[in-house]
This record gives sequence, structure tokens and C-alpha cells, in this order.
Amino acid sequence: MKGCLAALCISATLAAWSALASQDVDKSAKSAKSSVYSEIEKAPEKARAKRNPFEQNPDAVAAGKNLFEQHCAECHGEAALGGKKAPSLRAVEVQSATPGAVFWILTNGVVRRGMPVWSKLPEPQRWQLVSYIKSLGVASSEAADVTKNP
Amino acid sequence: MIARHTLFLTFVFSLIGLFATFSARGQESPYFVTYDHYLEEPGNLEVEYFSTFGVQHGGNDFHAFWAELEYGATAWWTTELYLDGQTTFGDSTLFTGVRWENRFRPLKHEHLINPVLYVEYVNKNGADKILREVEGHDVGSDFLTPNSVARKEHVHELEFKLILSSTFKGWNVSENMIAAKNLSNEPWEFGYTLGTSRPLKLAASAKRCSFCPQNFTAGIEMYGGLGDRHSFGLKDTSQYLAPVAAWNLPSGWTFHVSPGFGLNSNSHGFLLRWGLSYEIAGFGERVSHLFGRDR
Repeated sequence: MKGCLAALCISATLAAWSALASQDVDKSAKSAKSSVYSEIEKAPEKARAKRNPFEQNPDAVAAGKNLFEQHCAECHGEAALGGKKAPSLRAVEVQSATPGAVFWILTNGVVRRGMPVWSKLPEPQRWQLVSYIKSLGVASSEAADVTKNP
Repeated sequence: MIARHTLFLTFVFSLIGLFATFSARGQESPYFVTYDHYLEEPGNLEVEYFSTFGVQHGGNDFHAFWAELEYGATAWWTTELYLDGQTTFGDSTLFTGVRWENRFRPLKHEHLINPVLYVEYVNKNGADKILREVEGHDVGSDFLTPNSVARKEHVHELEFKLILSSTFKGWNVSENMIAAKNLSNEPWEFGYTLGTSRPLKLAASAKRCSFCPQNFTAGIEMYGGLGDRHSFGLKDTSQYLAPVAAWNLPSGWTFHVSPGFGLNSNSHGFLLRWGLSYEIAGFGERVSHLFGRDR
């Protein structure tokens, strides 16, 4: 009986806490967006220079799309235009980054700002994701922003 | 006894059913005992059900089961609640305890070896048989005590682990060092687990599929006790070796299986473990909506 009560208390605490935690996620979303982009610039030169081994692979974009839907769309949105929790991947900062820099971010995450490490996906799958992300190009709204505020 | 187990399963699958439309596909590790350094994605809840069937020397075989609610609090902190139970054949079925576990990732980036710190509070009774970890001088004959007697012993324990994990060319190698302290003035007990695993294929298929080789991960884990503060070492400990496999389905379900073998006479001869898990995406956000925290 005591065990059941303890379980109920812990469950209730977790539920209430998760509600508060997700609120924090939203509060920090705006600042996270800009800082995630700045993280790309922190990629070491060696990582940036890495070439995507799937560059010429005709299936890489389709495979990357599947992976994106399964692992990334929840936060970055179905069209990769960003959501409450994560920024757009169709921003100029991402699309102009080298494939190696995007791969580096995927591998290392931005742990302190909510982006988990994705090294649990094998390296070829991370490169397939890079192929898909880079295939999306800059979103027209993002491009318009850049024209207005170069 | 069947009714209690059914109640347990009903709780787990009701929770899954409630949020089933919001699945995310996790790339789940196949390990049962070993932890790697990957935490739950922030805001996601993984609901898991695991079973262990054990062959008991000189007594009745048992079926221990537990439910896990694993929540990604942040990208560097995962918190987990366990509810444990067991059936001893020819004896009874009972709930055996509650555990609350937290894992913290101290480093920002990936490294050759990635540490994760683990802290768990355990409130269980002496009839617990889930063998989620083996520590100190835990041996197979401990489980010979009848449930009616064993359940009277209450155990409050703090458990600490240092998880070290590396992933290279698709291979994950993980090592956990365990130190546990029974809060009733018992000595520190120690244990270890080692595991290695790899997906059957590293690149993803262009088609969405359930049976593609990249959805299967296989490996092996080894675990056992290392004695206590007064008698550190392998003497009078139990040791196990267990092949492990996981099947990650695109629908969000993961199926785990592991036949385990005792390596010495103190161990259970055979343990068959299996489990099902389901990852619910954006659970935290949805709970906050339930509490009227829409923005």
C-alpha cells in the first residue's frame, strides 16, 4: 500500500513538473533559435571540411526524408520551418553552412539548449539526414528577410 | 495472481493508448541492464514493459516484470519511474517496489568516451526479482525465500552508476560501474555491466519499412556483482552473459529480447527477458495543455 502511494505521489509530481518544464521550453525557444544558429559557427574547421559521402547517392534524400520524419519533424516541423521547440532548418544560416558543419551539429547536438545528440544514429544515417536538409533550400520567407535586412 | 499481472499490463497499455497518436520512433538500445550515454529526447515519454523469466535452482521458477516511464526532462537530464512486480510459480504474484532514477549528461559535446551520471532511489521489498542490476553478493539462492516472508523485508536503497559509453563506426560500447547503499546501515555494494551492440545495417533505406536491417540492433551484455566494501571481488557473486536484440519499428514501438546465461553456480542458470516500449512524442507539451498552459 505504501509503495502504491509513493508511486502515485511520484507520478503526480512528474506530471506537474513536466507541465512546468515544457513551459520553460517555450520561454527559451526564441533565444534558443538564435543560439542554435550560432552553434553552427562553432563547428571546428576539420568538421566543416568533411564531405558528404552520400552526395552522389540518388537515394540519400529519400532515406534522409524518412529519418527526418521519424526523428526531427516533431521539433523542427514537418516542412523543417521550425516550431515552438526548435528553429527552422531552412534558414540561411543552416542552408549556407557546409554539409560537414550540419553533420557536426547533428552529432554533438546543442545539449544545453534542448537539441539532443544524434550520434545514436549511425554515421551514414546522419549524412543521409544532411542530404535531405540541404535539399530543402532556403524557405522563401527566410530569403525575403535576408533581402530586407541584409 | 493473473489478475494482478493483468492490472499491471492494463496500466501500461492504457497509458500508451491514451497518447498513441503521438508516436516518435526512437533508436532504442537493445540492452536490458547496461546503459549507454543516450538520453530520452526532451519532452518525450517512453512507456516500457519488461519481463524476466528465470529458472530457479532448488525452487520455483519466477516471472518478474516491470513498467518504466522514461521522460526526457531536458537534453541533459532523463528521469524515470519504475513499478516492479513478480510472480513465483506455485507461490504468488505481488508488486515489489518503486524506483526513481535520474541520469545526467555532464558534457556538452560528444567525445571518444561519454560519461553519464546516474542516481536512483529504490523502495522495494525483499521479494523483488527483476534483476535490473546485480550487485554485491546477490546470488540465485536469495530467491528461494517464499514471497510471504520475503515481502516483509523493506529495502530503501540509493544506487549510483558511472556510465561510460562510446560509439564508433556504428558499434556502441558501454560500461557501467555500480555502487549501491542500502540506507539501513548496510555496507556499500558494487557491481558492473558491460555491453556492446550494433545495428545490422548502418545506412537507412529509401523506403519506409518495418523489416529493413537498419531497424534491428544486436549485441551482447555481461553483468555481475563485485562484492561489497568488506569483501570486494568476484568471490560469492553471480555473473551473467546475455545476447541482446532490439527491433525498432517505424510506428514507434520497439521490441526487445535477450536470453541470459549464468556463468557460475551462484547465478540463475537461464534468464529469458523480453520487453516492449513505445515512445510518445511531445508528452510534456501535451500535459501542459491538459493543465491549461496553452500559449
